[in-house]
Amino acid sequence: MELQLHENTVTGSKQKLHTHNFGDVVFKNLLRFFAFLILALVILMAYEMYATSRLSIDKFGWHFFVTSIWDPVQKNFGALPFIYGTLVSSFIALLIALPLSLGIAIFLSEIAPPFVEKPVSFLVELLAGIPSIVYGIWGFFVMVPWLRKSIEPGLSKYFGTLPLFQGAPYGVGMLAAGIILSIMILPIITSISRDVLKAVPRSQKEAALALGSTRWEATRIALSYARSGIIGATILGLGRALGETMAVTMVIGNRPTISASLLAPSYTMASVLANEFTEATSDMYISALIEIALALFIITIIVNTFARLLVWAATKNSESFERL
Amino acid sequence: MESILEIQEQQSKLKMTPAATPSSVLNNFVPVSDDHKIIARDINAYFGKVQALKNISLSIPGNSVVAIIGPSGCGKSTFLRSINRMHEIIPGSKITGSLTLDGQDIYQMDAVMVRKRIGMVFQKPNPFPTMSIFDNVAAGLKMNGMRRKAPLKEIVEKSLRQAALWDEVKDSLSKGGTSLSGGQQQRLCIARTLAVNPEVILMDEPASALDPISTSKIEELIYELKKQYTIVIVTHNMQQAARVSDFTAFFYLGQLIEYDETKAIFTNPHLKQTEDYITGRFG
Repeated sequence: MELQLHENTVTGSKQKLHTHNFGDVVFKNLLRFFAFLILALVILMAYEMYATSRLSIDKFGWHFFVTSIWDPVQKNFGALPFIYGTLVSSFIALLIALPLSLGIAIFLSEIAPPFVEKPVSFLVELLAGIPSIVYGIWGFFVMVPWLRKSIEPGLSKYFGTLPLFQGAPYGVGMLAAGIILSIMILPIITSISRDVLKAVPRSQKEAALALGSTRWEATRIALSYARSGIIGATILGLGRALGETMAVTMVIGNRPTISASLLAPSYTMASVLANEFTEATSDMYISALIEIALALFIITIIVNTFARLLVWAATKNSESFERL
Repeated sequence: MESILEIQEQQSKLKMTPAATPSSVLNNFVPVSDDHKIIARDINAYFGKVQALKNISLSIPGNSVVAIIGPSGCGKSTFLRSINRMHEIIPGSKITGSLTLDGQDIYQMDAVMVRKRIGMVFQKPNPFPTMSIFDNVAAGLKMNGMRRKAPLKEIVEKSLRQAALWDEVKDSLSKGGTSLSGGQQQRLCIARTLAVNPEVILMDEPASALDPISTSKIEELIYELKKQYTIVIVTHNMQQAARVSDFTAFFYLGQLIEYDETKAIFTNPHLKQTEDYITGRFG
């Protein structure tokens, strides 16, 4: 009896498989193929970059990342100034964008009435859609002259004793790059922070208010509840800043030197790629550039993965509005 | 024609339940006294255009436990939240009438001050997840600017003892507040409320999310706390209301149907509607 029963179930499941719609099977496998395609592309890209940069990796080894010589003529390459430029410009961008974004996010999620929140949120997200080159053009023709004439002379006059603000005010340079980047990463930090703040359960804010907290204190409770999501949003912003190319290339000055001064021109990993790939004639030159690309690729993937995980963890348990 | 209309009018009058008459005072067997802790007069509360409370007048004596019962959506939570001005944080809400605490108009006072004097415990335990047990209890005090360690420690211990939680957590004060069980979390929330030293404690179905043992602990706690505080508790559980409260108010469709000593409500209610509800015939 038992055996027969077993057989029956087996044939039953086979039957089911046969009755599956042919179109469904094709569709499912097609989608599966598309999904794997993405993964394959990423792996392929990483592999290709590694293969092409082997020449440079073999010759310079780890020295590539700690030396500052960039001499295409002698075929001697070191990426430190670009790494430095990328990290510092992104850091300045975060320094400017984070407080601004948090302020906007708190305003939108806690204070603004719906008729203000909706259009302002829309405008903030609109900022994210503006092409990078437009920011670059604006930065080069509007912001850089303004920095050169109005801001930087003042900075070097009053704070010139600090190493941060020494040197001639070119306009283009690390400061300009940091500012333009901060504008570009502001939307992503703002909109994700707003979302994680809105995902803070009502019961948390009410708990704070019921203890006799002021609105600001209740907001602080919400901020502390949402902190991992806000950190995630910040790191996503950082990821964007690290890889941003056009706008930065146009305002950073493109000089591969390491200077403590924010007024001095600098260079980033992304902008050296954009500027020099057409002139790279020797194999070693190409290989060195690709190695920079590979390093940038790995850094941004790590940063973005980490950030996504934090945001995901912060929003997955969001309670819906509790009815009273 | 006219006569038909008149008849219809009379018929509709006849159909009116006692709930429809605004004279809730008639059903209110707890007379208002000036020395009562909280006195509500003609409270009307709205969410947008929806009226959640209709002419509620209720007087709450000090050092007593008042239970508010009624079916879901009857406005009992709204009434509770109007006492510590939590109703008004909901966009589009409105409230009219007068509410006094020791004779002072609650709606003339600073809302933050009101909430310090009238604490609240919520339906679901809501400790602050990023804070330790100690910091959860100290949260209200820290917000009030108390920074010195010694008095903080003292008050935290006292509050946890009052909430009958001290023995269970005294060795793990630095652990996260959400590491506790549901019942412990709720007592932690009660300790957090007590730490601010309120005069009145509002409880919004404080045991509805808890198991029977935790529930009985909370009920014992309420009995103890009555000695020092005035407690208003909203509950779905009629036995709970009968066990813990001195006075019971029955709400239905935003109106106060009957308000009397708990014993009277549960043994000899004046109105049929109340009787039907407490015997489980509706609601």
